[in-house]
Amino acid sequence: MTDHSDLFTLGAPLVDGAAPSGPIEGRWDKRKFDAKLVNPANRRKHKVIVVGTGLAGGSAGATLAEQGYHVTQFCFQDSPRRAHSVAAQGGINAAKNYRNDGDSVYRLFYDTVKGGDFRSRESNVYRLAQISTQIIDQCVAQGVPFAREYGGLLDTRSFGGVQVQRTFYARGQTGQQLLIGAYQALSRQIDAGNVEMHARTEMLDLIVVDGKARGIVARDLVTGKIDTYFADAVVLATGGYGNVFFLSTNAKGSNASAIWRAHKRGAYLANPCYTQIHPTCIPRSGEHQSKLTLMSESLRNDGRIWVPEKMGDTRPPHQIPENERDYYLERIYPAFGNLVPRDIASRAAKNQCDQGRGVGPGGLGVYLDFADAIKRLGRPAVEAKYGNLFDMYARITAENPYETPMRIYPAIHYTMGGLWVDYDLQSTIPGLFVIGEANFSDHGANRLGASALMQGLADGYFVLPSTINDYIARGGFGDINAQTPEVVATQNEVTGRIDQLLSINGTRTVDSFHRELGNVVWDQCGMARNEGGLRKALDRIPELRQEFWSTVKIPGTGYELNQQLEKAGRVADFMEFAELLVRDALVREESCGGHFREEHQTSDGEAARDDDNFSFVSAWEYTGVGENPVLHKEDLVFDYVHPAQRSYA
Amino acid sequence: MTLTVRVWRQPGAEAEGRMVDYRVEDVSPDMSFLEMLDILNEDLITRGEDPVAFDHDCREGICGSCGVVINGLAHGPEQTTTCQLHMRAFSDGDVIDVEPWRSRAFPVIKDLVVDRSALDRIIGSGGYISAPTGSAPEAHSTPVPKPDADRAFENATCIGCGACVAACPNGSAMLFTSAKVTHLNLLPQGQPERETRTLNMVAQMDAEGFGGCTNSGECTVACPKEIPMFSIANLNKEFLRANRKKRS
Repeated sequence: MTDHSDLFTLGAPLVDGAAPSGPIEGRWDKRKFDAKLVNPANRRKHKVIVVGTGLAGGSAGATLAEQGYHVTQFCFQDSPRRAHSVAAQGGINAAKNYRNDGDSVYRLFYDTVKGGDFRSRESNVYRLAQISTQIIDQCVAQGVPFAREYGGLLDTRSFGGVQVQRTFYARGQTGQQLLIGAYQALSRQIDAGNVEMHARTEMLDLIVVDGKARGIVARDLVTGKIDTYFADAVVLATGGYGNVFFLSTNAKGSNASAIWRAHKRGAYLANPCYTQIHPTCIPRSGEHQSKLTLMSESLRNDGRIWVPEKMGDTRPPHQIPENERDYYLERIYPAFGNLVPRDIASRAAKNQCDQGRGVGPGGLGVYLDFADAIKRLGRPAVEAKYGNLFDMYARITAENPYETPMRIYPAIHYTMGGLWVDYDLQSTIPGLFVIGEANFSDHGANRLGASALMQGLADGYFVLPSTINDYIARGGFGDINAQTPEVVATQNEVTGRIDQLLSINGTRTVDSFHRELGNVVWDQCGMARNEGGLRKALDRIPELRQEFWSTVKIPGTGYELNQQLEKAGRVADFMEFAELLVRDALVREESCGGHFREEHQTSDGEAARDDDNFSFVSAWEYTGVGENPVLHKEDLVFDYVHPAQRSYA
Repeated sequence: MTLTVRVWRQPGAEAEGRMVDYRVEDVSPDMSFLEMLDILNEDLITRGEDPVAFDHDCREGICGSCGVVINGLAHGPEQTTTCQLHMRAFSDGDVIDVEPWRSRAFPVIKDLVVDRSALDRIIGSGGYISAPTGSAPEAHSTPVPKPDADRAFENATCIGCGACVAACPNGSAMLFTSAKVTHLNLLPQGQPERETRTLNMVAQMDAEGFGGCTNSGECTVACPKEIPMFSIANLNKEFLRANRKKRS
């Protein structure tokens, strides 16, 4: 194993001080009971800032306001309903055992820890599984129109990486329906005056006073006005950083700025190299491509994945006879077949394409075929299950997936890394809470399908509203106002940065930089990585950052709606963040989840995890742009689900 | 393809707007309409001009951010969102008009960006079920007949893009409001607030300055999620019912 001490300095180990002890079944109840409470009448005296309005932020804002706190909430979109959670398609897991197929809280916990490749925290995951059943109850009560059976009861389906049917869904628009539920609950609180909603407003920095998170600096995206907002606690629910790769399935506005700027103020960033590559994305069609579109993983329930057996076979799919097709997932992983977890399915598709069996333009695609399902179930049944996904595919590719198999290829989808939080979802800055995809704790190195929605809503509806009470009840909030030195200094830094960006007036557009950065990160730190490539990226990123700060061109001023300026700020942060991502990938000398280091594989090409040396969370402390960060390790302890080679054969 | 794109340019809410002609070259039929605008903007920035401001985010037809009037039609010639409209719907040499949503209740912010917060206020006035977190009964304790669940779902798929308003000759928000009322009023969970929801949402819709509905049906033709005319009829029915119940 290489010594990477040229990349970082080793800091003190990190311990999760909020994690309760004792039997895992009782830990969350114990934590809730031990937490201090805030009298309902006193809650209205406390303010909480929530940044983001997706499943995590929307549900948190609504719940905190219901509890009586005064909430100030922000999103950069024009309405909280547009947060990117709206795009999640497949479903949400819950250990309801409605199918009587042997499901239980413990089994959901077990599947999630194993599916995360033993890099998540047992306590957190157990809590997630426990809360999952309440989430479904809550959403049904809100009127979320989940799919139903004829008897009026809820329908479920299965998802990759599991053998029970525990996924609740609303056709291919589950994320939308859950988000609309949270948005409506939030809207009710906005109308009641309990939530002060700032749409089209972007957080640009975190205000830390006396070591505590006390507010944010934000820019009104319409007028350009920079304002400061104060509270007793700040909650970041700002999603993932997948757009560092430029092409991803994330919405165009999704960004890492909020978590990155909090990181620069002292919050540790954990496991940034854990990026999920989703196996079923529509392949890119050309250079103009601005984003990628996912086909729901639920399609793998009925679709069969194959490639031509012969290399470079360019015949149209219907001319390739059955005995010349390789249903490679069913062949290599007979127990799970097409439903193997995402990292396994993605890597297998890449391997087929690398060997020259890929289909479609550039050979970067594999077939997802519904011919058998249509024969077995009939076209109307397939339409009822997946109709909108098929329509979407046809619209984007101009091919009819009922007649010819879909083409799919892996793409960047979800990020398991994020700001480090303890069991209370509090970061290393007291008073800064981080929920949903923006934190790191629940998914390990690979996220199983239908568990992101579960985590966002668990954090926002149930976990944070309990743990934040404890923090607020402990008090100790001094008065702050616009003249407080830390506030003035932070605001000045923000305005200085904007002025600097606008003054460059160079020759290259923001997008051209973003594309180039994305190519570097995808090529060297994508589905498969090696030391040589990662070192190359580590050389190139600082150069590119320098070019950005000397030649970027941003038209207009800071005192108007300026979408190029918004983008420039986010890309500037990605330029810094990408370097940490690559460092983390270099230091983690094992293959784990979505992180495949070519140096670490078994003789048959499967990922080789190294539990003896890497069963820890990498929590990075910021020391300066381009400077070696400090690495704090949090050891992972597995008392219940013992690490073993993940086998899906 | 080479196209002439005529775009509504308006530097700010108070500024005067006008149509400006641009030539866009090397347009591939596989591009989305927004990717075509991206190319136009890259060119404008490089030439030192102000790029065209437009709202967009997910670019997969679900967030509801994007939306412009293309050749006089909300979201353009196909029944989909602007981000899912592809350039194969156009031909080489076409002249394409691009304008913002037009409605008194949607003031222009800049170029193609309008303020649709009126729709959020309609939801806030009653478009929800009051179910505080943590007090929900077991999900299977409330069965919902499948036909009701399916119809509720169809109405719940509204993405709040505002195309219905932009397409309506009266600038009415009836389709948007009716979708939400139909979704929630159909479900057993939505019954306790059924009447207040309907009356409050209609009142808010009027207060925001949306026009009245004359059943012209343009909204349902433009709706990318195919919310049906039935929903409008249903809102009228729910409104009469709520008024009658209030009086009795």
